[in-house]
Amino acid sequence: MADNGKQHPPHRGDMTGAKALWATLANHGISTVFGYPGGAIMPVYDALTFYPEVRHVLTRHEQGAAHAAEGWAKATGEIGVCMATSGPGATNLVTGLADAMLDSVPLLAITGNVASHLMGTDAFQEADITGITLPITKHNYVVRDVEDLPRIVAEAIRIARSGRPGPVLVDIPKDIQLAAFHGEIPAPHARPEAPAPSPESIERALELLRGAKKPVIMAGGGSLDASAEITSLARAWDIPVITTLMGLGAFPSSDPLWLGMPGMHGSVAANRAISEADVLLGIGLRFDDRVTGRVNGFAPNAAIIHVELDAAEIGKIIRTHVPVRGDARQAAQLLVEGAQPTPRPEWKAQIEEWKSRTVTPETYGAGYAVKAVVDRLRPDDILSSDVGQHQMLAAQLARFEKPRRWINSGGLGTMGFGLPAAIGAGMAEPGVRSVVIAGDGGFQMTAQELATLKMYDVRNVKICIINNSFLGMVRQWQELFHEKRYSEVWLGDSNPDFIKLADAYDVPGYRATTAEELPAAIDAWLSDPKSALLEVVVPHEHGVFPMVPAGAALYEMIETEPVRSPDLSAQMQDAAEEASEA
Amino acid sequence: MTEVRDHLLSILVRDEPRVLTRITALFGRRGYNIKSLSVGSTEHPGVSRMTIVVSGDRGVVEQAIRQLEKLHDVIKIIDHSLEKYVDRELVLVKVAITPESRVEVRQIAEDFRSRIVDVGRHALTFEVTGDEGKITAFIEQMRPFGILETMRTGRIALTRGSNADIPTHVYHEGETQALQPTLEVQPREERARHVPNLF
Repeated sequence: MADNGKQHPPHRGDMTGAKALWATLANHGISTVFGYPGGAIMPVYDALTFYPEVRHVLTRHEQGAAHAAEGWAKATGEIGVCMATSGPGATNLVTGLADAMLDSVPLLAITGNVASHLMGTDAFQEADITGITLPITKHNYVVRDVEDLPRIVAEAIRIARSGRPGPVLVDIPKDIQLAAFHGEIPAPHARPEAPAPSPESIERALELLRGAKKPVIMAGGGSLDASAEITSLARAWDIPVITTLMGLGAFPSSDPLWLGMPGMHGSVAANRAISEADVLLGIGLRFDDRVTGRVNGFAPNAAIIHVELDAAEIGKIIRTHVPVRGDARQAAQLLVEGAQPTPRPEWKAQIEEWKSRTVTPETYGAGYAVKAVVDRLRPDDILSSDVGQHQMLAAQLARFEKPRRWINSGGLGTMGFGLPAAIGAGMAEPGVRSVVIAGDGGFQMTAQELATLKMYDVRNVKICIINNSFLGMVRQWQELFHEKRYSEVWLGDSNPDFIKLADAYDVPGYRATTAEELPAAIDAWLSDPKSALLEVVVPHEHGVFPMVPAGAALYEMIETEPVRSPDLSAQMQDAAEEASEA
Repeated sequence: MTEVRDHLLSILVRDEPRVLTRITALFGRRGYNIKSLSVGSTEHPGVSRMTIVVSGDRGVVEQAIRQLEKLHDVIKIIDHSLEKYVDRELVLVKVAITPESRVEVRQIAEDFRSRIVDVGRHALTFEVTGDEGKITAFIEQMRPFGILETMRTGRIALTRGSNADIPTHVYHEGETQALQPTLEVQPREERARHVPNLF
């Protein structure tokens, strides 16, 4: 947070609750709020006109506001703020809040509500949003006295940012927004120090590492801000590093020690190394089921060291032998200091052999297109993705040299996340290209946010739609596990002309339909001075491999795409067309 | 896996709206079974105390405690299974009586140091306090006469000795300290198993 130390004057004319809210946000260095007005938050929007230092970004849907705030937060590591009215406005934030909860994103959501005396009466546009968001927020509040409002907002920001970050919602009834406020606007809380790991736990971790013959480091989303320390740690001990979907960028991809991503669509090297490791050092992660595969087959030979800030995550899924509770940076630093690198030539040779089994998409398809795009990115570019096959392909194929350049919906897997998140990230770092890869399905869930691009003349958002006319990931599962019954996954007949759709919002559009057209289309798209859209039309049947089937152990992974019968593509299309006709 | 048994937890919480919902929703969402729940105020204004009996193995209870400790409203959690404690429950029991059984019923109640709180022509209502064993025994003794209604408050507990449970500064700024897990390094069951070469 840009804590510039500038104190907002405590009073600006007649201070209302609404003005006190903006003054508190401004005092906390909040420069941008994504939101959508409505009846029960009108006093706040009215007061906004007195606070030009805070920029409000009008999205076209509250879900877009929440994801844009997430994109902002994921790119910068600072808190994102979104805002909505009561009832339907507030419930439209819910998906974004759940997404932020699962991915530990610091988020402040402000909602208006009906006047206090109407709350609980089923009033117009009333919803019990604190009740609704109880399980998907770190904490939430209803402001019942205007004098508490700035204190509560300051506390909400502190809770969202401290410890394991997460979303916090503050619900403000309309009469509280209008009430006269007489108190002081609080200064920001100091960011609390993360707890230091205990020396005993570090000593036990060092002992295990010293004796390890086949060690591996696994870094998750909680390790992004410890990137430098983890890089030193891996190099000092000469231990290979796996970065989870959420941890991509925590360790430079160009380093020979990097093994890629683990889990369901992880690399051969990562999953194989986990399966054979004798010591696994997990840092800032929660052993999500998409990472572990079948739990009792996860790292079956390894003693687990788990460095984690959130004590509830230690031992929740995977039995931990050495829990190290505390800050990832400090823990990694302490482990560097005790480093005793031992040569492990056999382990290194084995790792090299696994790494050589990287799958490179060679024929034109979704993977080929994603690779062509991500190969063209610069290290500073922010890459966002929507959810589906293209997301897993991007995670497999993109290379990140530093953290907070990869933004996607990991835990919740929210389709529609990509475009608004890329807008939020692009607004947070206007000098940086914000590239988003989406599928034809997910893009249409929040496609209206093209209007936000147009309205604010955002120039650095580059949208790539990988169009295979299918809900590709569902189709892949139907192909593998439902005997190719392609139930309700064909979009092809009803997809819009994406170029025309972009054009309707003054966003330049480019299209490629073959491998030959692709390079020129990418160049034109990326070099366009405005935000632009690229549609890559790819064959329908491409899958994402390697893949660990749900319920299988990591060592049961399918490495390469099964060989298809030549007429499969036609069969699939017939089946889908039949289904759509029926 | 360790054995499944009842764990008695005392949870000190800020006395604010929705706290009860927050706590019970957490138990509900994560599938922990609440066997008994009682809530009351404490000697500190703004602090309530809940006693929750949850059944599960040690892993389940440790996970429940750590999840609870993350809640902003939770000030402190005491797992009574880790120390000596006193616990009580209050029960109202309405027992059917006849002219013949009246004396015997009253005698049993006296043996249990139970008080009569209501006298009807065909029923007596008793108040019994005690630990779970005593209450169960009382109810079993009365059952043959015909129990018309019972109401139990749920168990409540305090640690033995003179330790003070509530921190002086309730509205402190820091995070609550979660338990430090203490697992020994040991081979896991799967550890001996060879990883099949399926790659």
